[in-house]
Amino acid sequence: MSTIAPLAAPPPAFDAARVRRDFPILEQRVNGRPLVYLDSAASGQRPLPVLRAVEHYETRCHANVHRGVHALSQAATEAFEGARERVRRFINAASAREIVFVRGTTEAINLVAQSFGRARLASGDEILITALEHHANIVPWQMLCEQTGAALRVAPIDRRGELDLERFLELLSPRTRLVAVAHVSNALGTVLPVKQIADAAHARGAVVLIDGAQAIPHSRIDVRDLGCDFYAFSGHKLYAPTGIGVLYGREELLAAMPPWQGGGDMIRTVSFEKSTYNDLPWKFEAGTPNISGAVGLAAAMDYVEDLGLAAIAGHEQRLLELATAGLARIAGIRIIGTAARKASVLSFTMEGCHPHDLGTILDAEGVAIRTGHHCAMPVMTFFDIPATARASFGCYNTEEDVEALLAALAKAAEVFG
Amino acid sequence: MDLKELYRDVILDHNRRPRNFGTLVPSDAHAEGHNPLCGDQLTVWLRMKDGAIEDIRFEGKGCAISTASASLMTEAVKGKDKAAVLALYGSIHALLTQQNAVPDASLGKLAALSGVREFPARVKCASLCWHTLGAALECSAALECSAALECSTATVTTE
Ligand SMILES: Cc1ncc(COP(=O)(O)O)c(C=O)c1O
Repeated sequence: MSTIAPLAAPPPAFDAARVRRDFPILEQRVNGRPLVYLDSAASGQRPLPVLRAVEHYETRCHANVHRGVHALSQAATEAFEGARERVRRFINAASAREIVFVRGTTEAINLVAQSFGRARLASGDEILITALEHHANIVPWQMLCEQTGAALRVAPIDRRGELDLERFLELLSPRTRLVAVAHVSNALGTVLPVKQIADAAHARGAVVLIDGAQAIPHSRIDVRDLGCDFYAFSGHKLYAPTGIGVLYGREELLAAMPPWQGGGDMIRTVSFEKSTYNDLPWKFEAGTPNISGAVGLAAAMDYVEDLGLAAIAGHEQRLLELATAGLARIAGIRIIGTAARKASVLSFTMEGCHPHDLGTILDAEGVAIRTGHHCAMPVMTFFDIPATARASFGCYNTEEDVEALLAALAKAAEVFG
Repeated sequence: MDLKELYRDVILDHNRRPRNFGTLVPSDAHAEGHNPLCGDQLTVWLRMKDGAIEDIRFEGKGCAISTASASLMTEAVKGKDKAAVLALYGSIHALLTQQNAVPDASLGKLAALSGVREFPARVKCASLCWHTLGAALECSAALECSAALECSTATVTTE
């Protein structure tokens, strides 16, 4: 069992129309139509409490962190380290020393590849991923393989976009040193059984990284319950600013890892003969960090917890079901990714109408969706399509948004019919 | 934004029934174009005679704009030499990117692409085939041989 709310969760009272009013960006018209934002899987929008927290920090508290005795520097340090503690609580990590602030998921995975992987992997070792990964969970491992001589193994998916768990377990071998899997696929919406994966990997002595970029806004993440060694996510998918993200790492592992980047903040002492490194987590945070981003991330965590993560997930599941049923009624639409458990992502193609054209037609109707390969080219190759159109839902989407999507698709079918 | 300006009947027709679609055997040169952002892929084959395009074919997967643009291009460039193709491309480029460009008469059916300029994200879709044709022409000029050669890949990077 993973920690994503089950599909059949009874819809709790969730007032999406009220939630929507917290997001000023959604008030505008695009191409003369009310904006219907269905691209939260690419990036979520920011609610007023997040914008206000950032503004408050920038207008009242900003200075550099960890380095001044003056009042502002202390205020900034408190805000930054307070945000770290907020993140710790959000994902139930054992200690704030396990929370490393990074730019986003991509940087978190690269950090693990270069710091953990480079020191520990060698020729003969294997890294196991799945066929539905985002490029951010493929390319850093390919680079690591080139550097160390380790080999990358890929567990296949089936036509519904489900992981072939049996093959995955077969591919897990004593040579597997690292397992890196998405919690939720950004291209297909598939929810992976990450807890089961982590248990199986640990039984083989492998270390487990979970790419949580798409899971973090749709579920309560408890890293200790999941039993993962690393968990990576980006703030901007959780209604926080861009340029801030988190690498959670088990303290024992982080402590043994060499620093990744060198510079200020990550050292204790520096001399030309030798430098000594700072404690966790600052050892991994060279240079001045994204302080206001961290403040915004903490505010976003407050925001979604106030709404209730289970309530958000239940609401999004209802929209997903509604949209899935609606799409099934439009001739020529093929849904890509029909796993039993999905989160908030609806990828599809329309016969005779390239996704790029669909994107343009929908945009003219004010409906923002993503089209393309979604940084998951191997997934496109597997389904033998160049691209998909993808609608994705966030806490502010409403049933009217789904209706607007369906109406715009009918229009596309008309143009290309 | 007017969708009808973008998806004119000529465009939709050439998307549905692309002209000069397929491979050309034998050919003097071919080039591949690729737009990594949207996954559009296109190959252009050329047969040259006395410095002019005697025959041209294209094949590929792409959106309506990219397919129709390539189809219209193959019709327009047959019989033209490199200088004439480049001149035509200059006019097309102006049409695609300049707000008030008036389609000049030499464009013929290609003028149907003028709606693209209202959609900046789609300009690269329409120009991919022209970059690819340019690469194939370079290739045919550089190599005086009759066998089809694996030539350059015109990668159009967008955004
Ligand atoms: C599953 C998945 N992994 C990784 C990433 C990369 O996230 P970022 O670009 O914020 O580093 C994304 C974002 O698109 C994603 O969806």
